[in-house]
Amino acid sequence: MIINVARKELKSLFASPMGWIILALLMLAFGSFYLQGVNNYFEVMSGSIRPAERVGVTIFVGQTVYGIASFLMLFAVPLLSMGLISGERKSQTLPFLFSAPISLTEIVVGKFLGLIIFLSILVGYILLMLSTLNIWSDIDFGYLLSNSLGLILLAASFAALGIYFSSLTSQPIVAAILSFIALFALMGLDKFFGSQPNHWFGYISLMKHFQSFSRGIIDSKDIIYFILFITTFLVLTVRRLDSDRLRG
Amino acid sequence: MTEATLNAFDLSRQFGSNYAVKDVSFHLNKGEVLGFLGPNGAGKSTTMRMLTGNLAPSQGSVKICGIDIIERPKEAKALIGYLPEIRPLYKEFTVNEFLSIAARFHKVKSSSVHRAVESAKDKCGLAHMSNRLIENLSNGYQQRVGIAQAIIHNPEIVILDEPTVGLDPIQIREIRKLIKDIGKRHSVILSTHILPEVEMVCDRVQIIDKGNLVFHGSIEDLKQHRLGNKLLIGFSKPPTLTKLKAIKGVETVERAEQGMFIIKFKDKYLPAEEIVYLAAKENWGLYHIAPHVTSLEDIFVQLTQVQTLDDQTNKVEKT
Repeated sequence: MIINVARKELKSLFASPMGWIILALLMLAFGSFYLQGVNNYFEVMSGSIRPAERVGVTIFVGQTVYGIASFLMLFAVPLLSMGLISGERKSQTLPFLFSAPISLTEIVVGKFLGLIIFLSILVGYILLMLSTLNIWSDIDFGYLLSNSLGLILLAASFAALGIYFSSLTSQPIVAAILSFIALFALMGLDKFFGSQPNHWFGYISLMKHFQSFSRGIIDSKDIIYFILFITTFLVLTVRRLDSDRLRG
Repeated sequence: MTEATLNAFDLSRQFGSNYAVKDVSFHLNKGEVLGFLGPNGAGKSTTMRMLTGNLAPSQGSVKICGIDIIERPKEAKALIGYLPEIRPLYKEFTVNEFLSIAARFHKVKSSSVHRAVESAKDKCGLAHMSNRLIENLSNGYQQRVGIAQAIIHNPEIVILDEPTVGLDPIQIREIRKLIKDIGKRHSVILSTHILPEVEMVCDRVQIIDKGNLVFHGSIEDLKQHRLGNKLLIGFSKPPTLTKLKAIKGVETVERAEQGMFIIKFKDKYLPAEEIVYLAAKENWGLYHIAPHVTSLEDIFVQLTQVQTLDDQTNKVEKT
């Protein structure tokens, strides 16, 4: 059942120009940053003579692309997630889902999964693009995989939060703005406490947990953090939808 | 006794402190079309939403073929097809795409999805619209798509909330015919505020007013209420009331507006012939004679008044 909901959601995303435009724009952005990264690599590396100054091409280009990807997802995901529930509220199609033999959890998880599949197209695209470096050099695939995993977890957290805000309102654009603000705050929490790097407040920042992935480290602590973050917001969404049924 | 496919027990729903629906109990027999009649804001849609598990009742329960919709929602919902008042259509899809999604959501096996879609389209006359975007369909065809998604999984019960609202007269006629056809294979609950519609389509009728069930019975009972053995007669030179009362079978005579009379007669008598004969003989100047049809509003007034009278007598008896 979850798969059926996800399929429907994916179909919806591709049935609107929004999905295609976001996909195209992001790919254009990633592509140009990739190109710029490769160009810069030769400029910078030809200038650094001592071996200690030299960085591998994977890290040099990867850092640029994944850095910009995590930043762009901050804008893209709220735009994609905004309509997931509020759009259905607006066009009054929620009764269609509620009166089908599907549980609320299946609806929410299905919608979430649909969006994740959509986003993983982008992550897969980046991975494929960076792998082409392997044609003329020997790249570190472990680094790429760790970054991809980090990026998909980060995007999934954005999506979970976006779905929750989408369930709160019947205006998609309000949902997008709210989730963008919330994500922006969560991303930068550690910056507010820059002087105390180990303050617990910084610890709930999304970016802090993405950083270890971007260094090529897969830490179970960070994975658990992201999974908890996602579960929390999905559970909140289910509860919000359930209160629709209870309160009317 | 026939098998009941749906039972509602003391269904109540409160919004804040006021009741939208209060203590409504009824049942739906297999293979019948039940009309749910009431003015706007009477609680029809609220009841429908509770029957389909879209709204939790404050009190009471709903059983679909013996399955409680609150305790085992998935099994119960699989037996219902529901078309809400505002049709829930994903307008970015084509008819085929939307109906396949509806079929999969309602647990139709993936091998028979195609067949289910085809047969639902056939029943609703949508076959030539298969690849059109729902957005581009006319109002009437969109309504057909709405009905098609409600019957796609061959449910035991089909619940339609005001299916003819906003359609033009020809479309209304077609949709009514469609509902009649559906009624042959499924049990149907149909809500409406149009009295003739109920008479045309339904086998049994329930009238709800301000959240209370005020009448339920067969369509014949309702017609009885509506026609009520009454004639509306107009004379240009009216006779005295006693002369009219003397006619065989006449029970009461009352004056209506514009010099007309309403004559109530006993069962099994039809004094029309006698009245026409007398009118011609005594030159009363008869210009109008027809069965007096009570409007829906009058029936509501009648029914609600009867109830308040009953309440009053109950109170008197208690004291």
